[in-house]
Amino acid sequence: MTVTEIGSPRRRKEDQRLITGRTRYTDNIVLPGMLHLAMVRSPFAHATITAIDTHDATSSPGVVAVLTGRDVADEQGSLPCAWPITPDQKAPPHPAIAVDHVAFAGEVVACVIARSAAEARDAIELIDIDYDELPVVLDLEEALTDATLAHPDLGTNKSATWVFDSAEAGTGDDVAQVLAASELVLERTYLQQRLIPAFMEPRSTVVDPTGEQITMWSATQVPHLLRLMLALTLSIPEGKVRVVAPDVGGGFGGKLQVTPEEVITMLAARRTGKPCKYTETRSESLMAAHHGRGQVQRLKLGATREGIVTGLSVDLLADMGAYLGLVTPGVPILGAFMYNSIYKFAAYRFSCTNLFTNKAWTDAYRGAGRPEATFAIERLMDDLAHELDMDPVELRRKNWIKHEEFPFSTIACLEYDSGNYEAATDRALELFGYDDLCAERDRRRAAGDRVQLGIGVSTFTEMCGLAPSRVLGALSYAAGGWEHAQVRVLPTGAVEVVTGVSGHGQGHETAWSQIVADRLGVPFDSIEVLHGDTQTSQKGLDTYGSRSLVVGGMAVVAAADKVIEKARTVAAHLLEASTDDIEFAEGRFSVRGTDQGLALGEIAFATFSAHNLPDGFEPSLDSDATFDPENFSFPHGTHLAAMEVDTETGEVTLRKYVCVDDIGNVINPMIVDGQVHGGLVQGIAQALFEEAVHDESGTLVSGSFVDYLVPSAADLPSFTTDRTVTPSTTNALGVKGVGEAGTIASTPAIVNGVLDAIRHLGVQDIAMPCSPHRVWKALQDGASKGLGAEEPVPDRVAPEQDAGPMNSSGNLPTGDFQ
Amino acid sequence: MATAQSTRTTSITVEVDDMTYTDVVEPRMLLVQYLRERLGKTGTLVGCDTTNCGACTVHLDGQSVKSCTMFAVQADGHAVTTIEGLAQGGELHPMQKAFHEKHALQCGFCTPGMIMQSIDLIKEHPDPDEHTVRDGLEGNLCRCTGYQNIVAAVQEAARTTRESAVSTTEEGAA
Repeated sequence: MTVTEIGSPRRRKEDQRLITGRTRYTDNIVLPGMLHLAMVRSPFAHATITAIDTHDATSSPGVVAVLTGRDVADEQGSLPCAWPITPDQKAPPHPAIAVDHVAFAGEVVACVIARSAAEARDAIELIDIDYDELPVVLDLEEALTDATLAHPDLGTNKSATWVFDSAEAGTGDDVAQVLAASELVLERTYLQQRLIPAFMEPRSTVVDPTGEQITMWSATQVPHLLRLMLALTLSIPEGKVRVVAPDVGGGFGGKLQVTPEEVITMLAARRTGKPCKYTETRSESLMAAHHGRGQVQRLKLGATREGIVTGLSVDLLADMGAYLGLVTPGVPILGAFMYNSIYKFAAYRFSCTNLFTNKAWTDAYRGAGRPEATFAIERLMDDLAHELDMDPVELRRKNWIKHEEFPFSTIACLEYDSGNYEAATDRALELFGYDDLCAERDRRRAAGDRVQLGIGVSTFTEMCGLAPSRVLGALSYAAGGWEHAQVRVLPTGAVEVVTGVSGHGQGHETAWSQIVADRLGVPFDSIEVLHGDTQTSQKGLDTYGSRSLVVGGMAVVAAADKVIEKARTVAAHLLEASTDDIEFAEGRFSVRGTDQGLALGEIAFATFSAHNLPDGFEPSLDSDATFDPENFSFPHGTHLAAMEVDTETGEVTLRKYVCVDDIGNVINPMIVDGQVHGGLVQGIAQALFEEAVHDESGTLVSGSFVDYLVPSAADLPSFTTDRTVTPSTTNALGVKGVGEAGTIASTPAIVNGVLDAIRHLGVQDIAMPCSPHRVWKALQDGASKGLGAEEPVPDRVAPEQDAGPMNSSGNLPTGDFQ
Repeated sequence: MATAQSTRTTSITVEVDDMTYTDVVEPRMLLVQYLRERLGKTGTLVGCDTTNCGACTVHLDGQSVKSCTMFAVQADGHAVTTIEGLAQGGELHPMQKAFHEKHALQCGFCTPGMIMQSIDLIKEHPDPDEHTVRDGLEGNLCRCTGYQNIVAAVQEAARTTRESAVSTTEEGAA
């Protein structure tokens, strides 16, 4: 097989329609007689609903119907959670429209169906709702006490506690004993603030109830899971539901959900018998689409004075918010396997308590559990290096798994198949100019410069490519982790590839074409990739967890290989040779040692006409494959950040960022670089800019892009990215996931850099985001307390809105139009 | 009351992507709603409700504007260009080509607005450095690309535009 496409920076097939506006995002879809929905949302974070008066709304112009929770109580079911992490996990019922109790501000209380979106929005103002307010619980430490309950009927805020212990699992020692015997124990509490995925396309759903199948178009990452869950939740036969994810404008985990709005749109369409559309506003999206992160991490790290880590104890409080979404409880558990990261620990214990609060529910957001874990361990490693007055890279070297030790069974029960942390780190240090920057930092520190320089280090690995089905089963996840593909050879020799993953910006159409072009020897442009529609892509588990290539791509390879074997049989028959003598290369089947041969296209046409096929041969080359991975893939990398901190204003500037990732073999380096760039920015944004802020009554204060600071181009520099290549040994392509890598490693690199710049001024910790105000305040506190000051306690519930370098986030008018 | 408001309408005449339209609209209708809902110009997208994201950016008489921040009636008598009107005679605009060539888009949702704003940017700054590009795109948010390839695309389009201007001038001189 001649490799020509794999590894090449092919320009994307997807681009043509996206750069010309010929797009089919859900909100672009218009159907005859279509009705429009608008939602009434609770202004209170916790209340009972005592009365709803819909009279005026119902008689408002254009209004067709008004739905309340009571109207649909018998048919709306409860929104699904597919990941009960323990058998005794507690969860409140989760109605799409609240019936008599609301548990977060933004929860849907009623829905207006009208002839136009404007008329629907006019009418929601006319609905009169009486609430009795209830006390709110917002803070995780408070939620743990059960003094105030997010759901009084549940009797507790504790949903579940999940524990992994290396002594119990037999993978290591008892962590309590190890810590007691350690020469040094670091105790830290880090906070993972709530983030909002903030995909650029607001969520939108269109449901067409006409015809035999009800069709839903939705801005979703998971059309297959959505179809299954709609059938289960609403008791509709699965075969009567078709779900289409057309062009989808980003997801980042935020569209890995079965949403109330999707269920309500389905109910509305079934009630009215007309196509219905709901498109959220950005404010609604930020308020009510699921959030991410939200953890308190209590950590103990034991070490020797020589810098050998002996054990780690992790005690998490994880914010579920008001309800359990599709995979909410499992998100912190995905982190459980990653706190040990690239290191060798003798003992490890992880405990996580999932807690309800009166905020929007949390669920997957880029990295999902793994950024939190990486942040914790990489912050700890820097703190330990500082404690021991050791170079942070040197400390990591002493503890990481050496390249000759792979495959390596970790203390968290995973088997890392491959990796080379030395190579990636050496390359990163070289590109960064580590020694020179450290020298500059030391000079500026000694000189007492106003602007100090800090060097932030982070390594990472992650488990991605979700996932071996049996592992998911062992973790009590309801579904498997396989993926499906179909490769069809058309009579013209063109190829259709059907994939069960559902891209929304990742470039699958291009990358899958490259894989199949090499595998089958057909031109890149003769391949069409079909996805995101349960009618054409009949099986699949969709796109999340950096799984598309390592699982979905492997299914494509397996299906293509089946096509080759079928075609080989036909070729042997037509060429009057034994199949053993048929060689396949570059799209051509030939008889070994002769010049006789047939192209795949010729065999495809012969199979289509079916006039002369081997006896008993089914006249089709088309092949299906379902691939279940044997293991996760474990990309890794080393990230370095040079951070400048103005000690008088607290302003933080990212001066230089270098990352060297090892994601195994690369199908399309251009797409990979793009994934890394975008991932880095989301991780950097957690470190410096973004936070979902609630006031004391539980109202989201950062409820628009004025206050939720998605960084703009002006807030960022360009990055230096490079790769080392250590192929995965557990899949034939040798690939590892890349979608989440940048996000996982960049957050601790940035925060470590900020701290390195000002640690000598008495600052030990700064809660994220490290806004100028927080940095300035930490410097003031450090100065007043002197060196070795206590960790500042961040104000978690309602920190004031920070100003600073983020004032660039979109306030500038475009152009000069008056 | 909504009823009183919705009965008041105004007639407007707007040129959009080289075609002239006359329509009766409510005064409260935003330009972006007019483009999308009346004219089917769904290439222009809505990403927020506070004029922060820039997904709806179009050109009004050749200058970029956020079409969610204007009423349709304000466009009366003006010429609007959307992403759908950029390609001429089957030939992509240099900025569209550069976005494709430099992988300056992933999900594509910010792309129409980003391209329209970038065209305005290089008109004002024919040879922009990185800082100028980043500042000029401050009002357009992208969640996928990290902006690095967008910056590269804008500089690439600026370069090809300058070169084609030079070659046009040379041809004219010859």
